[in-house]
Amino acid sequence: MAAPAAVRPDFLKRGERSDMKLRVTVFPKACVLDPQGKAIERALGGLGFSGVGEVRTGKVMIVETAETDAARAKAAGEEMARKLLANTVIESFTVEIV
Amino acid sequence: MKASIVVFPGTNRERDIAIALQRATGRRPDMLWHRDTELPAGTDLVVLPGGFSYGDYLRCGAMAAQSPIMAAIRAHAERGGHVLGVCNGFQMLTEAGLLPGALLRNASLRFLAMSCRMKVERADTAFTHHFQRGQVFSATMAHGDGNYFCDAETLARLEGENLVALRYEGENPNGSLNAIAGILSPNLRVLGLMPHPENCVDPLVGGTDGLPMFTSLAESFAAA
Repeated sequence: MAAPAAVRPDFLKRGERSDMKLRVTVFPKACVLDPQGKAIERALGGLGFSGVGEVRTGKVMIVETAETDAARAKAAGEEMARKLLANTVIESFTVEIV
Repeated sequence: MKASIVVFPGTNRERDIAIALQRATGRRPDMLWHRDTELPAGTDLVVLPGGFSYGDYLRCGAMAAQSPIMAAIRAHAERGGHVLGVCNGFQMLTEAGLLPGALLRNASLRFLAMSCRMKVERADTAFTHHFQRGQVFSATMAHGDGNYFCDAETLARLEGENLVALRYEGENPNGSLNAIAGILSPNLRVLGLMPHPENCVDPLVGGTDGLPMFTSLAESFAAA
């Protein structure tokens, strides 16, 4: 399928081992209803956990990269997030180097 | 009318759309594969059918929006060509940026496979002119992510420019903003909707409430 190829950065060569990883965290924006979070919130209350506030659900993706420069790796990760990993209409994202 | 239906891995409603179009036009639509890079010459209408393209990986329609055929569909839309996206096809159109907003998980968190009723807000488009404005018709829905969402500014623009084509009538089944079931592009040539009018084109199976959408399209392009 074409999508992964389209976001494969130039510096990644097939089979190359990577030491650096990007952790891309994607969450629904605050203005977007998160019904899964709401359901979990209620379930935690039902289990007797007191003091549980709002629960938000999202997703975390780990992307290996052969890039050795952290700033360039982060910039590439942000580009990946804008183009594919997040839908910025409804989601916000953060990219960290791990 | 020359129609092309795009098939992705996981698409499952392409034959229903083909039957509906053939019933209305007497002509068999072309089937395209997601890896194709161009549309057949003279294509009037591209249809993105329902299903679970790429297993709904990442987000519904997200992978399909990046597939090779999408560049040709985007170019077709930019030339003023007509595009119809039903269910997963609507999700693809929003992911591809051809229509604004996004389809979120249904507010109930449930996959909804049921009948619904829609009110026609625009009966002056190539897709809908065989309906009457304000007409309520039945269709079916089968989706887990049909909860239309966009920011307040976009919603005001959609309503202000009368780009909401179809609205759920009665109870809002999935939590969509303003009960939106289908929206149009500003040039009225791209329509995305969550319910399936192609399910309702045969009196023996579910009635013919959805047929006017396909006869509208057939007439729109009969002269072309």
